[in-house]
Amino acid sequence: MNWNDKIAKQVSDIPRSGIREFFDLVTGRSDIISLGVGEPDFVTPWHIREAAIYSLEQGRTTYTSNYGLESLRQSIVKYVKGFFDVEYNPANEVLVTVGVSEAIDIALRAILNPGDEVLYHEPCYVSYAPSVNMAYGVAKAVPTSKKDLFALNPEVLAKAITPKTKVLMLNFPTNPTGAVAPLETLKAIAELCIKHDLIVITDEIYSELRYDDEKHVSIASLPGMKERTLLLHGFSKAFAMTGFRLGYACGPEPLISAMMKIHQYSMLCAPIMSQEAAIEALEHGTPAMLKMRESYRQRRNYLVKRLNDMGLDCHLPGGAFYVFPDISKFGLSSKEFATRLLMEKQVAAVPGTAFGESGEGFLRCCYATAFEQIQEACDRMESFVKSL
Amino acid sequence: MSVEPLLELLATHARLSDADLADRLNTTENEVRAKREACEREGRILGYQAVINDDVSEAERVAAFIEVKMTPERDGGFDRLATRISRFDEVSSCYLASGGFDLLVLVEGTSMKEIAQFVSEKLSTLGGVLSTSTHFHLKTYKKNGCIFEKPVQPERLIVAP
Repeated sequence: MNWNDKIAKQVSDIPRSGIREFFDLVTGRSDIISLGVGEPDFVTPWHIREAAIYSLEQGRTTYTSNYGLESLRQSIVKYVKGFFDVEYNPANEVLVTVGVSEAIDIALRAILNPGDEVLYHEPCYVSYAPSVNMAYGVAKAVPTSKKDLFALNPEVLAKAITPKTKVLMLNFPTNPTGAVAPLETLKAIAELCIKHDLIVITDEIYSELRYDDEKHVSIASLPGMKERTLLLHGFSKAFAMTGFRLGYACGPEPLISAMMKIHQYSMLCAPIMSQEAAIEALEHGTPAMLKMRESYRQRRNYLVKRLNDMGLDCHLPGGAFYVFPDISKFGLSSKEFATRLLMEKQVAAVPGTAFGESGEGFLRCCYATAFEQIQEACDRMESFVKSL
Repeated sequence: MSVEPLLELLATHARLSDADLADRLNTTENEVRAKREACEREGRILGYQAVINDDVSEAERVAAFIEVKMTPERDGGFDRLATRISRFDEVSSCYLASGGFDLLVLVEGTSMKEIAQFVSEKLSTLGGVLSTSTHFHLKTYKKNGCIFEKPVQPERLIVAP
């Protein structure tokens, strides 16, 4: 069969992932120190794993409500109220999903009509634009810059809004830049969203992982925003539960109900053992999470200091577990820099361009890896930079 | 810089140099040294030790947990006698505990006979000690936060979004 014209256009049009491209270069090699991973190096805390095991022992292997276990939704609203200071009704304003990724997908499918525009700040997580395109929307990147420490500049955002703009996607702290949005910036963004009647999808997956001693504020908690905001969060990063594939969406009932329609026919429900583990994480996981956060903080401080000492210009990011040094002064593209670093010094870091065009000139280094590995990676990078 | 993060880090990474500690705590080597030395002077840090897996060590080691019941004294309760017991070289740890006994004493030696002798001749003959109950150690699974079974390092992708 000739498959060339058989794949749906909106899928075949999606370019090959920059991460995937880079992944092929490193496959099968054991000599590499990787700063290229986007997940915690911690194993899920034992008491959370144990809760999953216990639920299996108890024979809890069934479907759950499409919305997710009621007890989990109760825990979610309690946690979200405590952490974000926004209140939701567990009966119809919360949907448990298979990771935030699923939540983004079904939210966009529930909202977008063909041709609707979605704005998102860039550099950003790799799935945003493809998810918009697969939902027949038009993805429009709003570039962020080092000058704003990669927080979305409201003036730049205002210029990008058109009559077709329906959704703004936010992600603070940001993968790959570690950016956080100052409160004043968030307020200005909220004002624009209200003025232009935009829906906001805020991906809060890194929100616990802040190191700047500022209380994390979600745009959902600002006046007038709850009614137009979909708050997405999950367990992967803060609780080191990537493989559990569990997230949730909190938002206005009509949107959650529309998302539920898609979710019930595609996923049916998230795996019950992950849901049981998630209850344990929300109810008792904070001390373990804070310990992991302190460890990330120490590694961030070290990595940023070393990168600056070796002559890479690197701002101190406020959150997530990535640093985003500026490598433009060496006259190499991000891809060239990352490829040569990999080939010559066996250190894997992801070119900024894997996260959008505005990542050109930067490199994403993840510090969710053992301290000794970071030290060795820094030594190798230092000798690489000297050789340029 | 508060001293707590330094103590927390030293509790699990005692071999880090002052410079390495400073890197992790985002401060200077001098500040770390000053804080660490102050803790040592004030007795907040009593020592730095390796956690050794005796089960694979070649040296013959025997240990026992001994529950000790004793009579408290009018002035000072259990402290004077507990301190006296702690002074023996054979005693590696000594805790006052609530419940069915008063002191939990960890005794180490090179043979069961040596430990039995210590209990019968030294420990139980002390004035104030009412009774002892000796439990010989068989195997250690976790000590000072270290799990003895070597963890399997789960494989991660080298690059992921």
